[in-house]
Amino acid sequence: MSQVPADLRYTKSHEWVRKLPDGTCEIGITDHAQEALGDLVFVEVPEKGRTLGAGEPCAVVESVKAASDVYSPLAGDVTLGNPDLAAAPELINQEPYGRGWLLRLRPKNGASDTLLSASEYEEHLRAEGF
Amino acid sequence: MAFIPHTEADVAEMLALIGVKRIEDLFDEIPASLRVRSLAGIPAAMNEQQIGRLMSERARSDGRPLCFIGAGAYEHHIPAAVWAITTRGEFYSAYTPYQAEASQGTLQLIYEYQTMIASLTGMEVANASLYDGASALAEACLMAVRANRKSKAQRVLVPKAVHPHYRKVASATAGNQALRFEELPYSPSEGRTLPAALARYDGEDVSALVIQQPNFFGVLEDVDALTAWARERGIFVIALVNPTSLALLKPPGEWDAGGADIVVGEGQPLGVPLSSGGPYFGFMTTRMAHVRQMPGRIVGRTLDVSGREGFTLTLQAREQHIRRARATSNICTNQGLLVTAATIYMSLLGPQGLARVAAASHARTAELVGVLTRVPGVRSLFCAPYFHEAVLALDRPVAPVLQRLADRGILAGFDLTEHYPELGHALLVCATETKTSADIERYAAALAEVMKAARAA
Repeated sequence: MSQVPADLRYTKSHEWVRKLPDGTCEIGITDHAQEALGDLVFVEVPEKGRTLGAGEPCAVVESVKAASDVYSPLAGDVTLGNPDLAAAPELINQEPYGRGWLLRLRPKNGASDTLLSASEYEEHLRAEGF
Repeated sequence: MAFIPHTEADVAEMLALIGVKRIEDLFDEIPASLRVRSLAGIPAAMNEQQIGRLMSERARSDGRPLCFIGAGAYEHHIPAAVWAITTRGEFYSAYTPYQAEASQGTLQLIYEYQTMIASLTGMEVANASLYDGASALAEACLMAVRANRKSKAQRVLVPKAVHPHYRKVASATAGNQALRFEELPYSPSEGRTLPAALARYDGEDVSALVIQQPNFFGVLEDVDALTAWARERGIFVIALVNPTSLALLKPPGEWDAGGADIVVGEGQPLGVPLSSGGPYFGFMTTRMAHVRQMPGRIVGRTLDVSGREGFTLTLQAREQHIRRARATSNICTNQGLLVTAATIYMSLLGPQGLARVAAASHARTAELVGVLTRVPGVRSLFCAPYFHEAVLALDRPVAPVLQRLADRGILAGFDLTEHYPELGHALLVCATETKTSADIERYAAALAEVMKAARAA
């Protein structure tokens, strides 16, 4: 089974969220998602300043097999798109929870949090047959 | 590789497998009231001999008129080799094969085409072609709005001097996708878009600016000033160009301040005969930075497992068979046969040959304008440089004059009255390298007679 770090939160569409000390959140796709996509060849990240709604498509990941949208797990304003992915999309395959992060955003105040815990996400993967 | 359709035995075997008696039974869920059993107005089938005779009679009724109409489609000499090679069995398919990589020759040809078109427009990457120039412009507007991530407005500035049919196709195609088109005026004395007309958009959110070079009136726009204005403001520049003209004019990739972002145009002048409006083909090129927002098919060159060169469709994740509703376009095809002709045309002429065609066309048009404006009641409307088309002003309505000249076997130009009533009795004329001085004299003499008779009446 793929890695699901216990300190992160997750979505059913296979994104992860890490709360950073400055109050912003880092977002990426899970180890399971990168494995299902295969070798990534192109990643499009959102521009700084863009306002995202929860569930809104915010990035595109294209692999040798498919191109998929990534949905923002939270509503908020983008503070940074990972600048390293343009030249090295494979960072997502190598370190999905590390250098392969996609974007950082400042969550909207009072936004409802429907994110899954690590164990809930593992349960979701099992339910999907993985 | 053989592409053989199903035999009757194949069909019977497939029907038996799925437990259906006749193909017709597969459609029985369509209510009988919705089925059209016969087509009104369509006569019964004719045999080959009858249809051959009918068609040759109709072709004769067209005659062999002397054509001075341009307005988006241009009569150029096409070397005999172009269509002799294009119609060889190996090429004679209008489609990219579904199993594309099985047809390496077709893919190599498209790759060569892309290389030539990218080089002609001064851009980095081309697609395998689109339906025609007008649909290419519509796709370019959609692409610019997607690719210009700094702009949220989905607002495209389109000069009124852009081909009216193209403007109509662009709004029909993209208007329902929330794009807004705003018209830029042209100078009544010069027939071109004045950079000063852009001042009112300073500081506003605009996604793209369309620049047609030469514009619909044949006039050369101040492309450098227009491009620089747009690029300084983060506005995408969509160049709409005549491919023949690029052999002489600065390619859009080299227009000021970094050049155009997207280049499109009608490919017909490159080896495709005039044919009642088509089929023609559209071309599109861009910079590598925007390639993933470009619609259409792209052929790439690569190496196979044994290190041999091969050609393949590439970047297909943009296309609808993979990206579904979020694809760059719902058009993922090209005009294979016409692109084949264009590629052979360009290779036979080469850059110098194409430049000679362009220079001769310009010279013939200058001669035409000079001779026609000596006819009483005819003057040149705009004082600005032009390529191979120009607008003439008549002292009386254009349509009856064109009709009289058509009766004499001369297609004397495109009547601008419907699309540009503000220009008065305006006629757009064109001469390419196919016209001789004798042809031009014949047109002028006939025009003088028709105008004189009209004045006397």
